[in-house]
Amino acid sequence: MLVKGVTEVDSDPPYLYPDYRSTVLRAPVREPVRLPEGWFHHLPGPVYGRIPVRPEDADLTRQHKGEPLGERIIITGRILDSDGRPVRDTLVEVWQANASGRYVDVSDDHPAPLDPNFTGAGRCLTDGEGHYRFVTVKPGAYPWRNQENAWRPAHVHFSLFGPTLSSRLVTQMYFPGDPLMHHDPILTSIPDPRGRELLVAKLDLEATVPEWALGYRWDIVLRGRGATPVET
Amino acid sequence: MTTPTPSQTVGPFFGFAMPFADDSNALPPHAHDALRIEGQVLDGEGAPVSDALLEAWHGELFARSRTDEEGAFHFTVRKPAAEHRSAPYLNLTVFARGLLRHLSTRIYFPDEGDANRSDPVLQLVEPERRQTLIAQAGGDTLHFDVRLQGDGETVFFAV
Ligand SMILES: [Fe+2]
Repeated sequence: MLVKGVTEVDSDPPYLYPDYRSTVLRAPVREPVRLPEGWFHHLPGPVYGRIPVRPEDADLTRQHKGEPLGERIIITGRILDSDGRPVRDTLVEVWQANASGRYVDVSDDHPAPLDPNFTGAGRCLTDGEGHYRFVTVKPGAYPWRNQENAWRPAHVHFSLFGPTLSSRLVTQMYFPGDPLMHHDPILTSIPDPRGRELLVAKLDLEATVPEWALGYRWDIVLRGRGATPVET
Repeated sequence: MTTPTPSQTVGPFFGFAMPFADDSNALPPHAHDALRIEGQVLDGEGAPVSDALLEAWHGELFARSRTDEEGAFHFTVRKPAAEHRSAPYLNLTVFARGLLRHLSTRIYFPDEGDANRSDPVLQLVEPERRQTLIAQAGGDTLHFDVRLQGDGETVFFAV
C-alpha cells in the first residue's frame, strides 16, 4: 500500500487461505478495486460515539457479583499510527473466552463450564498518549472443527477504529510461548513470521501488579500516517 | 514506518460483545428522514452467512448490525448529502468468520441515477459490476445484498 509515496509494509493475511476452511467460500475472487491514493484513505473513519463506554468496562473481572475463576491478568499497551505516533481517545473493544476456553456466546457449544462471574467483553478509550489497559483473566484454549483435533491458542479479540477509514482493525492478541500458535491456521495465515510476532503480547513485569495480576504488554499499530495531528 | 498490526478474523463468537443498544439505528426509526436498508450476506454458494458483522457509516451516521440465521441485516440511516462531484453513498464495512481481513464497500442509492452515472468512484468500476453497489428500491425500504464470492460478487475497495 502506498502512502504519500512511501511503501507501507503489509503483513496482513490473504483473503483465501484454504487451511482455514471458512475462507474457501467467503474470500472474494475478484481483486478489490483500488482508488487513487488520497481519494478517501485519509478521510475520517466512523463516528462511533454512540457505542457506550463506561469506566467499569475496562475491568472484565468486576462485571458480576463475584470474581471470575482463572489467572487474573492485565493487558496494556499503546495504539500507534504507522509513524509511531499515539492514537488518542480511540475506542478499543475486546472479547474473549473464559479461563476454561468457553465463550458466553450462545453459539459456542464447547462442553467447558461457563463462569457466572465472567462475560468476557470490554471497552475502553485510549488516553492522551495512546495507552489502553484492561484487567481480565487469561482465556483458555478451545477446540474448533476446522481440521482434525484443531485447537485455538489462547487469544483475545480486539477491535479498533483509529481516526481514518483505513485505520479500522479487527485482530487477535496471543500469549507468548503458547505451543498451539504454530498449529493455528488463523495465525499462520499471516505469511511473514515477523507479522505473526506482531500479534504476540510480551510478559511485562512493569505492568504486573505484585501479588495480584500478571501484566502483558501489547502495542498495536494502525494503518496510515499522521493519524494524530502533531501538537507543538 | 512501522508495520501495521495484521488483521485477524472477527471469528464466530462476537455476538455477546460487539452489539450495543440500538446499534443498527444510526437515527431513530421514526425520524422524518429515516431510511431502512435491509439485506443479506451470502457466500460463494449463495448460502447465508449467519456470523457476519456489518457497519454502515458516513459523516455523523454510524450503525452496526449482526446477521441472523438467514444472513439478514438491517440498518436505519438517512441518505447522506452528496459531496461535490460524488453521488450520495454510505460506507459499509463487513466482518465475518472466514474473513481474515474485513471488506470495504459502498451503498449507493437507486433514485440518484444521474449522480450515480457521473460518480467518480462508480466510474472506476467495470460497468457490469456497478449495480452490486446500488441498493434496490422496494416499498419503504432499500435492499442491499453482500455477495462475498462468485456470481454477482459485490465490488469491494482496497483501503
Ligand atoms: Fe476466539
